[in-house]
Amino acid sequence: MSKKFTPGVISANDLREGHVVYMNDAGQWVLRLKDAAFLDDPVIAEMWLNIANAQTEKVVGAYLAPATLGPNGPEPAHFREAFRATGPSIELPGI
Amino acid sequence: MFQPSDFDSAAIRARAAQFRSQVARRLDGSLTEDEFKPLRLMNGLYLQLHAYMLRVAIPYGTISARQMRQLAKIADAWDRGYGHFTTRQNIQFNWPKLVDVPDMIDALADVGMHAIQTSGNAIRNTTTDAFAGASADEIADPRPYAELIRQWSTDHPEFQFLPRKFKIAINGARADRAAIRAHDVGLQLVERDGEIGFQVFVGGGLGRTPMIGKELRDFLPASDLLPYLESIVAAWNLAGRRDNKYKARIKITVHELGIEAFSDLVEAEFPARRAAFKGADQAILADLKAQFAPPALPSRESASFETALNVDALLRDWAARSVSPHHNPDYAVVTISLKEHGAPPGDATSDQMRLLADLAERYGQSELRISHEQNVILPHVAKADLPALFESLRKGGLATANIGLTSDIIACPGMDYCALATARSIPLAQQIATHFRDLGLESEIGTLKIKISGCINACGHHHLGHIGILGLDRAGVENYQITLGGDATETMALGERAGPGFAYTEVIPALERLLRAYLDLRQSQSESFLDALRRLGPEPFKDALYQEAQRHAAQ
Repeated sequence: MSKKFTPGVISANDLREGHVVYMNDAGQWVLRLKDAAFLDDPVIAEMWLNIANAQTEKVVGAYLAPATLGPNGPEPAHFREAFRATGPSIELPGI
Repeated sequence: MFQPSDFDSAAIRARAAQFRSQVARRLDGSLTEDEFKPLRLMNGLYLQLHAYMLRVAIPYGTISARQMRQLAKIADAWDRGYGHFTTRQNIQFNWPKLVDVPDMIDALADVGMHAIQTSGNAIRNTTTDAFAGASADEIADPRPYAELIRQWSTDHPEFQFLPRKFKIAINGARADRAAIRAHDVGLQLVERDGEIGFQVFVGGGLGRTPMIGKELRDFLPASDLLPYLESIVAAWNLAGRRDNKYKARIKITVHELGIEAFSDLVEAEFPARRAAFKGADQAILADLKAQFAPPALPSRESASFETALNVDALLRDWAARSVSPHHNPDYAVVTISLKEHGAPPGDATSDQMRLLADLAERYGQSELRISHEQNVILPHVAKADLPALFESLRKGGLATANIGLTSDIIACPGMDYCALATARSIPLAQQIATHFRDLGLESEIGTLKIKISGCINACGHHHLGHIGILGLDRAGVENYQITLGGDATETMALGERAGPGFAYTEVIPALERLLRAYLDLRQSQSESFLDALRRLGPEPFKDALYQEAQRHAAQ
């Protein structure tokens, strides 16, 4: 292994609309990080990533996003993933 | 005013139809993402952190009232009611759905606009001085040349597989308001013995390896512009590195070969290319010059404006920041701030876009410009109309009197939007703006250029800020490096890193120490931050920045 494995969730962007999606335990794409399947086994994570990457008609850019497991499900392990999960940290103009 | 030719309109329509078909084939599975990505990038469509992003070209920053109104309509119909004006004089829509993008591009084509070559390894939108064609210190209007470059570079068959992107900027005035030496090619219009030509710079750029462009020709006759540019791009196309994308820009080619050797390559290309241009370009240029001729400006009195200035302090404060000299003394160039304190720099809501379009029609010959500093310009406003314009802007929340001050910050989208970002930019800009306003120090500090980038690619031009801020990811935490002494003008300089970075919450206290030190150190109110820094050197300013940290270290 050239790179140390980091536990996480499979995330991507929805092809048609662009929004952030996560893969849940049933292999479906869902909107909320806390509903994603938490993957802490490198072999299983790679298997799920291969499945995700094959769904090119549904999503773009699937990857293993670093996460930790909290009381209510996965939580972001990096601030980038926190912003992806919640949207811009700023108030959007005119909204 | 310039109107696209039938040829251009047809080309834009054809490209829109082509892209609609490409999107359809992506959605029905005929194209994979790997196949589709280069096609969408050729049409300005990125995938960001939370959504797609469509980058629309505003060629050389010039836009009509009608086009601005169409941008507002697009923002309302297919985005979230706002757009973001960028340092490259483009507008970005942050929330389009892929399924809607073909309709957006058709709507752009309805007003002669497009997103072609706003992305990818192409010759990008040529940027200019946003006061072009209006300012009092202009040698020649750069826009006919910029449009000529646009026509020449669009789908240029030789340049479809460049090593990397390529950016050209032209400045036509004595003051450089286009940061030309921070571009792959920078062109300065000059006059010699009654002839117009260009001083040509090459190899400038920011990003991870910032460099100031070097002079390639001190005087290029204007009629040689296209063959000479073609020689530059051709020389780089052959000599540029394709083994490493971080070394592929022309600045690295020029740096590695040396300016003399690179000049030899260009000059070797030039004769045959010069001979191949048989005058069609000059005929087009002559037509463009006529189309870009200044609008007929009727004579207007300006005494009423002077009177209004004397009685209205708010107008006086705004005019002091936003009004610049026009070549016609009855008129003025007006810069409208898109940097309301606490708002994201460069964002405009659809209502604001419509107001800008209305005001351009009522007071500004239906013309607007987008500046590389992310503000909007009305280039031809009669001084007699300035009080009424100011009132309308005030009602629309567009009369912030902060041009050139602490809160007139350039900031990239940063990690609130951008997939490449390593830290946030916008919230820091918002907090800096409100903090110094609340302290009441903004007008006391005077001219100050703060520029913020959320990653090393430097879209926020931090190297050129009097104070530059670069956001990085240090072990999973946002960390901000501060550079001092950058300058985006004709006295261009790259800022120097002051020292270790600051945590997100430490940046504003550090800036306050820095700027209070400046107020103590300056000789007089007329000595700007940059002037004081140049006179004293960075040491006293670094001392102020790191005072707190040193005290902690000593404990």
